[in-house]
Amino acid sequence: MRASVSWIAEHVDLPPELTPRELGEALVRVGLEVERVESAADGISGPLVVGRVLSFVDEPQKNGKVIRWCSVDVGEDDPRGIVCGAHNFAEGDLIVAVLPGATLPGGFAISARKTYGHVSDGMICSARELGIGEDHAGILVLEADSAKPGDDALDVLGLREAVLDIAVTPDRGYCLSVRGLAREAGAALDVAFHDFVMALPAVDQSAYPVTVADPIGCDQFSARAVTGLDPTAPTPPSIASRLHAAGMRSISLPVDVTNYVMLETGQPLHAFDRARLNGAIGVRRASAGEKLITLDGVIRVLDPDDLVVTDDSGPIALAGVMGGASTEISDETTDIVLEAAHWHPASISRAVRRHKLPSEAAKRFERGVDPRIAGVALQRCVDLLVEHGGASAAPGYTVIGDGPARVSISLPANRAAELAGLPIDATTVRARLEQVGCVVTTSTADKSTSDGSTVDGSTGIGAATETTEATETTEATETRDTGGLFTVTPPTWRPDLTDPADLVEEVVRLVGYDQIPSILPSAPAGNGWTPQQRLRRSASRSLAEAGYAEVINYPFLAPAVHDAFGLPAADERRRAIRLANPISEAEPEMRTSLLPGLLANLVRNVGRGSRDLAIFEMGLVYLPAETTTPPPRVGVEHRPSDAELAAIERTVPRQPRHVATATAGEFDRAGWWGQGRLSGWADAVEAARTIARAAGVELEVRKGDVPPWHPGRCAELLLDGAVVGVAGELNPRVIAALDLPARTSAMELNFDAFSPPPPAQAPILSNFPPVLLDLALVVPEEVPAAAVLAAVRTGAGELLESVRLFDVYSDPARLGPGLRSLAFALKFRAMDRTLTVDEATAARDAAVAEAAARFGAMLRA
Amino acid sequence: MSGANDPYDPKQVAALSPDALAAGVAAARAAFDQATNLDDLHAAQSAHLGDRSPLALANREIAALPPAAKADAGKRINAARSEVRQVYAERLALLQTERDARVLVEESVDVTLPWDRRLEGARHPLTTTQELVGDVFTAMGWEVAEGPEIEAEWFNFDALNIGVDHPARSLMDTFFVQGPDGSADSGLVLRTHTSPVQARVMLTRTPPIYIVCPGKVFRTDELDATHSPVFHQLEGLVVDKGITMAHLKGTLDHMAEAFFGPGIITRLRPSYFPFTEPSAEPDLLCFVCRGESVGNPDRPCRTCGSEGWIEWGGCGMVNPRVLRACGIDPEVYSGFAFGMGIERTMMFRNNAADMRDIVEGDVRFTAAFGMEA
Repeated sequence: MRASVSWIAEHVDLPPELTPRELGEALVRVGLEVERVESAADGISGPLVVGRVLSFVDEPQKNGKVIRWCSVDVGEDDPRGIVCGAHNFAEGDLIVAVLPGATLPGGFAISARKTYGHVSDGMICSARELGIGEDHAGILVLEADSAKPGDDALDVLGLREAVLDIAVTPDRGYCLSVRGLAREAGAALDVAFHDFVMALPAVDQSAYPVTVADPIGCDQFSARAVTGLDPTAPTPPSIASRLHAAGMRSISLPVDVTNYVMLETGQPLHAFDRARLNGAIGVRRASAGEKLITLDGVIRVLDPDDLVVTDDSGPIALAGVMGGASTEISDETTDIVLEAAHWHPASISRAVRRHKLPSEAAKRFERGVDPRIAGVALQRCVDLLVEHGGASAAPGYTVIGDGPARVSISLPANRAAELAGLPIDATTVRARLEQVGCVVTTSTADKSTSDGSTVDGSTGIGAATETTEATETTEATETRDTGGLFTVTPPTWRPDLTDPADLVEEVVRLVGYDQIPSILPSAPAGNGWTPQQRLRRSASRSLAEAGYAEVINYPFLAPAVHDAFGLPAADERRRAIRLANPISEAEPEMRTSLLPGLLANLVRNVGRGSRDLAIFEMGLVYLPAETTTPPPRVGVEHRPSDAELAAIERTVPRQPRHVATATAGEFDRAGWWGQGRLSGWADAVEAARTIARAAGVELEVRKGDVPPWHPGRCAELLLDGAVVGVAGELNPRVIAALDLPARTSAMELNFDAFSPPPPAQAPILSNFPPVLLDLALVVPEEVPAAAVLAAVRTGAGELLESVRLFDVYSDPARLGPGLRSLAFALKFRAMDRTLTVDEATAARDAAVAEAAARFGAMLRA
Repeated sequence: MSGANDPYDPKQVAALSPDALAAGVAAARAAFDQATNLDDLHAAQSAHLGDRSPLALANREIAALPPAAKADAGKRINAARSEVRQVYAERLALLQTERDARVLVEESVDVTLPWDRRLEGARHPLTTTQELVGDVFTAMGWEVAEGPEIEAEWFNFDALNIGVDHPARSLMDTFFVQGPDGSADSGLVLRTHTSPVQARVMLTRTPPIYIVCPGKVFRTDELDATHSPVFHQLEGLVVDKGITMAHLKGTLDHMAEAFFGPGIITRLRPSYFPFTEPSAEPDLLCFVCRGESVGNPDRPCRTCGSEGWIEWGGCGMVNPRVLRACGIDPEVYSGFAFGMGIERTMMFRNNAADMRDIVEGDVRFTAAFGMEA
């Protein structure tokens, strides 16, 4: 909502010394979001003056144009010579001239320049050049005698006027009007507000015949009429400039007047061309498939939930949202029927969403319009059309329906103090509520019954025997503490005030939020981060310390990436959740794996010049829910049943937390110390082990074949026998398809498979000396090292303290084809004695025997 | 050589004469002095203190002396050998010291050479900022609650007093999950705030409740310098007996100081949110100018636009309707809730100028933060 300060000031006694900025600050204090205090003159600097065209000569040019060489009196000793391309003025007219040295909106600097054979000593301005209108066909001609040459044109045009730009929250529909803003200013500054006072004709239902078939959708419909309007009458500058300041275009007098009155009163109005109406006006819901061409020229197919205004021809307006083309005001309209209705907010809201048609009218109806202001708004419209359009007020005033019933709210007088944590006495509560327009009464007779019902509500739990007792005690304290009970009837323009808490906000915001003290509440002892949350932190810290940089990618997914990954059609990862309104049509799904985002990220980083990359991400992936049937509609008046909550829960997708890494380039860098080492499958597997170590468990690694990994360089990662992740080098075809660096490797784990480690068990240490023995076993190449290691461990028995594989060697010439040698360093130690070499050698031989039995392993000669 | 029972023959024991011993000591001293390195010294040591050295040979002759002469000869030869050993030890110490000094010089390296063999990892500041939030609040006994990112509309809207036709519902710029029939009526959305976590906690726990909920949220905004369709929020919720707006203010002030330093407080401006009543927007005292730029054109502040305060989110007292929907009796309990953007907080705290840098995942951005934001 944008409104000029002078307009607001017509309804409130603003202190004369108050600056627009101070007014803005006062409104902020009571809860309005004043985004800007500005004026149309903000973009204009330098001399902009009123001039009088003394004489001119039309000079045809070679290019076919005719320019005017004008002599203009700008209040100086001598007139100035100015070249002008427009012809919509006569000698003696007052115009606006911008002189050399000035700057117009958009940074357009003016200087004296030679053009069409003259030196033009300035420029005559159009409305658009001044940033105050769209008209560029001709220059702006001022009303005769409205100023004199040399006057500051900014003052004459009212461009210096300050305009407040205010973002209005959804509860404050009444602030989408000058009336509402003035009322708030009055409350904020504790100065008098002046509401409209107007004599209205008696309701006789004769302005125009109206029938309302849907009294819920429209609880009040009011109409007035005018006749004999001069269709050529222009909108007076006073109205046009305020509309412009409010961000609205000037269209025609009748349209401008309805907009002007809407801005002023908050009541949206619609003007029908009476000559184009066929029979009585009606209000109903649309029939399925009915059509309406709205003012914007779009054919709207209507929904049975849409409220429409009709005549005998069918729908003539989408109620509360936009009028129809068939009864639109034209430049021949002389007789007008004016509508001021009160529409059901939710119905308007749904229509706006359905037709994607937000409008100024709908914005107000959705947030609630004062049902008692329609008569005033209609009277204002009629008056303005009579005054500026030569129209006559037609007799009659039609009002169908009474508008919504008014409700009262019981408010314990101490509730505001209780919630604010601030002493606010009953007198202040009453005064502040009255300031916003509430009617406040105290009733001692009501007190006990109202208190009683409150108490009933608070002791609904518990056994019946206890209830009696609880009621007595609570009643006693309530009666002592509440300081009485107010019955509050909110004003008609505040449909948002429905609960005691709403009233508390009104009181506290006017008392001032800055009065509230700062007190830190003391929570009971808590347990800190959950073990799972701590594990998440230590796991991601471990990865970072291992050289990985964390990234956080958008979870949006392009399904095509699954083709690039080479996923089979039935792959679970293709069963992604789809968005109805994605940001990009190319990425309409939600990720089922972290890899697509992580790999795209790798490509982006390579594109930005990074070469050696190790990145990781930890985040949720989204898998189908148990059911895709939409959940039941559950109310909010009380806690839903556990069954209802469970039914909702079943529709929520499973969202496990995953962790993934991707690497490319060197993992160990080359340098003055020597060669570097490219990252590869082993780093990916090690990243998974890093996570497992943080969780205090060991992963089982086995060979896998899972796209998008390289089928020969892919490891499945198992925990307690279940696959929890995959790691390895990516398939070269995937690398090519995604334009990834060669040998890109990656790992992804279901992080939820890991639990926080139980308390670690302390080892028992032997201080007897160890015996160190090496062992090289020749085994068939296809036997996994992990299996050989397990055999060695089993065979060596309990004297084996540790074993480490330290070399892998294959040489068909020496070892024979299809064989490789695995070399292990074994450390033996006994708990209770110094081990002899013979004992250790016997244990090693047992290890060899076990490996031989399992895999035909031979001791390397 | 004379045997023990051989008759005494002075010629044969000339080596034990005082002159001979003195000469032997002098020769050893000269040899040690002449040795300029440890190898030469070692050779000289063998020659003059070894088994075949003149003094060692002389020592053996003692056996040939008559018993009366043995003691005297023994004394003299021991004195001579001890003198040689001492000379040797002194020379050895000297040469070793010289060698050590030389070797340490020879072995010196350029310790300024880099050792950047390993890639440097780092954690994303959005993660560490959320952890910092959790640390601040768990230190006060609060807990950190989390919930799903694709959420049922009932939790995201209805439970929070944002009914189907509430204007705020369409203002939320919501991503809707497509239903099986292709429509947007799946009953699921990408959560537009972390408030549904609050609803979930209130539904499953009995007050007192003191929680913070950091997490990822979604709005259909295009990415630009200050907006992102995916961003992070931090929300807090307290439900207990006797909770007031003063407690809300106290909590916000505490958090502001924890994040931005001593003396950085908040102020409350009235505002509107469906799930709180009364509602407010907290402003943060500008941590750059501390309000001193207001009305001081000579010292403009770019951070707060010389307003002195910076918008920091939303807050208020939990709307009794929300408490009721979540099974908490508003006549017994009251509560407050607050929420702010983590990115926005990070932009202030870490001076991050552009939202795109935060969300695009450029490792250069992450790397700048190390292990803590």
